[in-house]
Amino acid sequence: MALIDDHRGGIRLSSLTKSYGDVMAVRGIDVSISSGETVALLGPNGAGKTTTIDMLLGLARPDRGSVSVFGLSPSEAVKAGAVGGMLQTGQLIEYLSVRELVTMVASLYPRPLEVDEVLRMTGTDEVAARPASKLSGGQTQRVRFAVALVGDPDLLVLDEPTAALDVEGRRDFWTAMRGVAATGKTVLFATHYLEEADAYSDRVILMARGRIVADGPPTEIKARVGGRTIRATLPGVELAALRELHGVANADLRGDAVTLSCVDSDAALRELLVRFPAARDIEVRGAGLEEAFLELTAEDSNDDLEGETR
Amino acid sequence: MKGSKYTRFEILRTLRARRFLLFSLAFPLVLFFTVAGPNRHAHLDGISFPLYYMTGMAAWGTMVAVVSSGARVAGERQVGWTRQLKITPLKTSAYFLAKVLCGYLMALFSIAVLCMAGLALGVQLSVVQWLTMIGLLLVGLVPFAVLGILFGHVLKVDSLGPALGGSTSLLALLGGAYGPLATGGVFLALVKCLPSYWLVQAGKSALGTSGWPPAEAWIVIAVWTVALAGLARRAYERDTARV
Repeated sequence: MALIDDHRGGIRLSSLTKSYGDVMAVRGIDVSISSGETVALLGPNGAGKTTTIDMLLGLARPDRGSVSVFGLSPSEAVKAGAVGGMLQTGQLIEYLSVRELVTMVASLYPRPLEVDEVLRMTGTDEVAARPASKLSGGQTQRVRFAVALVGDPDLLVLDEPTAALDVEGRRDFWTAMRGVAATGKTVLFATHYLEEADAYSDRVILMARGRIVADGPPTEIKARVGGRTIRATLPGVELAALRELHGVANADLRGDAVTLSCVDSDAALRELLVRFPAARDIEVRGAGLEEAFLELTAEDSNDDLEGETR
Repeated sequence: MKGSKYTRFEILRTLRARRFLLFSLAFPLVLFFTVAGPNRHAHLDGISFPLYYMTGMAAWGTMVAVVSSGARVAGERQVGWTRQLKITPLKTSAYFLAKVLCGYLMALFSIAVLCMAGLALGVQLSVVQWLTMIGLLLVGLVPFAVLGILFGHVLKVDSLGPALGGSTSLLALLGGAYGPLATGGVFLALVKCLPSYWLVQAGKSALGTSGWPPAEAWIVIAVWTVALAGLARRAYERDTARV
């Protein structure tokens, strides 16, 4: 049951700005998240994700702008027990077992979940009797997830929960996470893995250099940054014809040089070769997230990213 | 309510930190037997030497217990656990109170151990004297509990050992826990401004030799408590603002 009845406000970040010394970590972002949404905050290191999350949780004070969590200030929402979080860094304390640690945190919330239930959901029931400070990386992350979850918060914030995990650990973590998101919580998670944002969110907010460069459904964001790029030399072709190719999200033509931004580069390449046998110097490149960000932001030396990308 | 359950887990953690417990309790005890043992029939300031030294070691032992208990905040800050707690409904005051209560629990252990050691060397006190001594010690410890929390916010785990060992030993030495340092003059006047002097006196006052502590004692204890709490608050707020 929800702790705060008025969820109409959802989460609202308005003109949020934060600097550390000379570094502008967050440069005026506006975000509105409805209750029940699962949102991925995607961006490379240094994009401002953690600073944004710290301000959302009341751990950092914005230089300018405001944060509203279900109509409350971050610290009010935290006090009401409406927030659970997994911060980017953090280990577990000594001298308590996993079960004791989760029980201790549960006792701080007005209406916590059953501890056993949470241990089962997060796959930590097998290590429940072990000392919390002596677990493997993957186990630690799942216990930290249990800690974030046990208060039954309306808002769950996860800052790069899988950053330190191997592929298997990552998969296990998201399997546990998937069940939780289905319970109607508002979830915001930060990641620099496009696949995670794509697979586990309803909406992706793309951040780079302290700004939001894109905000939309995962498919849209994936098409913009996650696909591959095909470059070829092809004289005398119509731009419209290139855009019709299967798997092509966007096409660009400069002289004879063709650049195809693809959602499905395999399909696009097959069709390209069939329809335009004259194509030569073909090059297919996977756009890494970092590169994609650079491309997205490179043109904007005038510092007007938001207007350009929305 | 919420805080009390949290405090129970903190106490459980304190009791499980065996090495921490052992070292905190052992040093004053060892020093007591080493110094008071050979002098068990001597007298100092009109009271038996073992009794004199028992109160001094109780002052030092309890001081170490409450300061180091508060300073454990440093370890929890370093692993990021305090930030985790800051996004739960736990009140900051409840977090610190739990640390102080754990320190006082340790202090009581330390007193119990030293009193038994005192009994073993022939110390004899009435029930009222025992209780008054313990009660006054607990009051005298308040500024040290705050000092521990301040240390927990300004020190890193690396520097905790030397900082705690050095400061508590120096305060105990100047306060007269190891033996009387000064009997008069400017030095005594300066030393009387230290909370550790009155912590040591708290134990002795109760023994009926010098009466209850004078108003000066309560003022010194109160001023140190308020000043250290102000510094601890500033350190805490700076810590909150940092990422």
